[in-house]
Amino acid sequence: MNDDAAITDTPEPLLKMTGLRIEGQADEQWNEIVHGVDVVLHRGEVLGLIGESGAGKSTIGLAAMGYARPGCRLSGGDIVFDGVELRSASENYKRDLRGVRIAYVAQSAAAAFNPAHRLIDQFAEAPVHHGVKSRAEAEADAKDLYRQLQLPYPEQIGYRYPHQVSGGQLQRAMTAMAMSCRPDLIIFDEPTTALDVTTQIEVLAAVKDVVKQFNTAAIYITHDLAVVAQMADRIMVLRYGNLVEEGTADQIINHPKEDYTQRLLAVRTYRKPDADPPSEEPLLRIEDVSASYSGSARVLENIDLEIGRQRTVAVVGESGSGKSTLARVITGLLPPEDGRILFEGEALPPALPQRTREKLRRLQMIYQMPDTALNPRQRLRDIIGRPLTFYLGLTGRKREDRVRELLEMIELEPDDFIDRYPTELSGGQKQRVCIARALAAQPDLIICDEVTSALDQLVAEEILKLLQRLQDELHVSYMFITHDLATVRAISDEIVVMLQGRIVEQGTKNDVLTPPHHDYTDLLLSSVPEMEIGWLDRTLAEREGRRSRGEKVLESADQ
Amino acid sequence: MTQILTMVAQRLALGLLTLFVVSLIIFLGVELLPGDLTQAILGQAATEETVAAFRKELKLDLPPHERYIAWLGGILQGDLGHSLANKRAITELMGVRLWNTLFLAFISAVISIPLALGLGILAALYRNTLYDRMVNIFTLSSISFPEFFVAYILILVLAVQLGWFPSISNIGEELGFWERVYRSILPALTLTLVVVAHMMRMTRAAIINLMASPYIEMANLKGLPRARVIVKHALPNALAPIINVVVINLAYLVVGVVIVEVVFVYPGLGQLLIDAVRTRDIPVVQATGLFFAAAYILLNLTADVLSILTNPRLLHPR
Repeated sequence: MNDDAAITDTPEPLLKMTGLRIEGQADEQWNEIVHGVDVVLHRGEVLGLIGESGAGKSTIGLAAMGYARPGCRLSGGDIVFDGVELRSASENYKRDLRGVRIAYVAQSAAAAFNPAHRLIDQFAEAPVHHGVKSRAEAEADAKDLYRQLQLPYPEQIGYRYPHQVSGGQLQRAMTAMAMSCRPDLIIFDEPTTALDVTTQIEVLAAVKDVVKQFNTAAIYITHDLAVVAQMADRIMVLRYGNLVEEGTADQIINHPKEDYTQRLLAVRTYRKPDADPPSEEPLLRIEDVSASYSGSARVLENIDLEIGRQRTVAVVGESGSGKSTLARVITGLLPPEDGRILFEGEALPPALPQRTREKLRRLQMIYQMPDTALNPRQRLRDIIGRPLTFYLGLTGRKREDRVRELLEMIELEPDDFIDRYPTELSGGQKQRVCIARALAAQPDLIICDEVTSALDQLVAEEILKLLQRLQDELHVSYMFITHDLATVRAISDEIVVMLQGRIVEQGTKNDVLTPPHHDYTDLLLSSVPEMEIGWLDRTLAEREGRRSRGEKVLESADQ
Repeated sequence: MTQILTMVAQRLALGLLTLFVVSLIIFLGVELLPGDLTQAILGQAATEETVAAFRKELKLDLPPHERYIAWLGGILQGDLGHSLANKRAITELMGVRLWNTLFLAFISAVISIPLALGLGILAALYRNTLYDRMVNIFTLSSISFPEFFVAYILILVLAVQLGWFPSISNIGEELGFWERVYRSILPALTLTLVVVAHMMRMTRAAIINLMASPYIEMANLKGLPRARVIVKHALPNALAPIINVVVINLAYLVVGVVIVEVVFVYPGLGQLLIDAVRTRDIPVVQATGLFFAAAYILLNLTADVLSILTNPRLLHPR
């Protein structure tokens, strides 16, 4: 009798991975990237896998399907799914499992949907191929699921091609596709990372709903602790292919034991001290600027903006709000149709070729992707040295000394780094080099276009601190383009909120962040996940309450 | 849809413009040929008067631009001029041979395109296996040999030693369809061996290029078999480059057949061109040249349009 009781207390888990080891191939050599991780998942349970890039979370998630990406192999341990070990199972057995009992939701739905086929064809493929449903049944089911996931026009949307549907809708359509055979387990691989916050909250709600309704177990992979706090019952923190800490969501979020977990949780707390706005003439003044690409619809309308000396102005908005276009207009890459740009009170020529080298020097740019912004064939000496020669005419010894000085400024040891190529650097180090390259020109204003979006949170925070220190030392101004409100809180003096090519609200950080806000600012701010269990349910309930009281609730443009 | 029609119209207009430029180049090229045409035809013994009379008859006494305009005007009305050698109308002369050349190109295309696509898809499916390597070695070697060499090897083996096919492809209108196919097999095989490597390797490369895409991984994770993943998910997205290469090779089948036709004594346009060059039959050279250019431009245009049509973003705008 005791034995029976023991069995009912601990039912056989749906998935049990023991001592999982995965190797990756680099330069003809196999290196271990996951070093013996144990994962247990019960039916209907949501497990969050969290960590920075290189932690092995996606690799572990895919291993749950008995799958290793090309260039990787499952080299050790057991993967037992519903009683069958997958590492030794036949390819046919695993194929019958995939899409039917275990499904996958990829990070970028735009890339993971085949551009050549309609959404509903891709939905029906797995159930029809595996003989779970007939084509007609699958189509009817697709429409049901589209409706449950609150996609607009659920009857028709499936007959569209992926490029005809917005990013947030695609991500929901992909969740529906994963549900098509009512799997026991779904692997969500950063499903909202590529989305704007206002869209993310809708997708999170839809995913949570549907998983709960069908009692599906899920592995939810993300680098964002605030997101995982909303989704997961249990959380595993991973780093470099090892388990750091495991516990219930409450334990990890509210009572983290390990130092690394605590640091991940503390990431969003850095905040620049408030400073008084300067009274002198602003460095850059944008007056009534409008712009469009080749005469089509306006991308920017009547933009007025000032950036003071040694100030950081954050420009926030969703994708498509025109914030990057604004940067292109200021740098002269896209001459405005109307309005003018004043630099120290003097009008800047609208187009890049008309600007003098001296004017170009004073305005520099740092880009989102340091990988593509650095020439892989040049050593750091040349990457940083080039603007020194181009703008300041430094050569030989003087140039070499200055390059070393700049490397020290960005906290990279000159002797060690000056002869390296970009490929020999980590992502954060590359972004530092981009900063040094911008600083080499001794600019007055640096436009930072999503400079931390491609970086892990801890690394991003170091970059923000570095930028802040450099501003204090060199009195440079920043225009900080970002969609990440945590970054805005951390670094800005002033905030400009953009929506569909217009500025909807601007002011000092405190003005904008403290209520009352413009409706859109409110939507934006309230959509940023907070490090608090139950935040998602509470926020959605709050919005629902306001809606039922007849108050206006702005919705994401990506509905 | 109007967007696509405008695009096709634009391409057609561009194609016509190209053809016009080509006609200029052909005319000038022939004009620049050294030596006097009438002298060459009538021989050294001809008297001044006969030469002058002959020049007048050929309208060679007129300035070049007038002759060009007359030639172009004739073409626009469907009159390609007359052969110098036998005075027959060139349209009549080219008629049968044109069909023969297109027939040969058609037979070669029917053999080579499915073969190349099939081999390419299989090579992508069984990438880096023995099969993949063998197919690559075989097709690459066949493309590396000159056409006439491939042709003679085929004649030696299939015609002389095995006696399966005739070594001379003298087809005529009196023959039935299958008899013509039978007699055209060897030149068609030669052409196939020449073009298949290019198409097969492009098919393989275009598919493999896509195998790292997230949507291919998604298809794998839906539990679809490899063959279905490649045919259903990779191939439709790889069509644009494949179509381009296929059409370039089709164009080659039409315009590049000169040597093969000569080797097999096949009565096509290539033979006609060679004969005309030998006898200095300038109007025939010009006419065939222009026809080859037109075929080339038209096929490339088809490739452009087709590869744009395989892009769902254009076919189904937002």
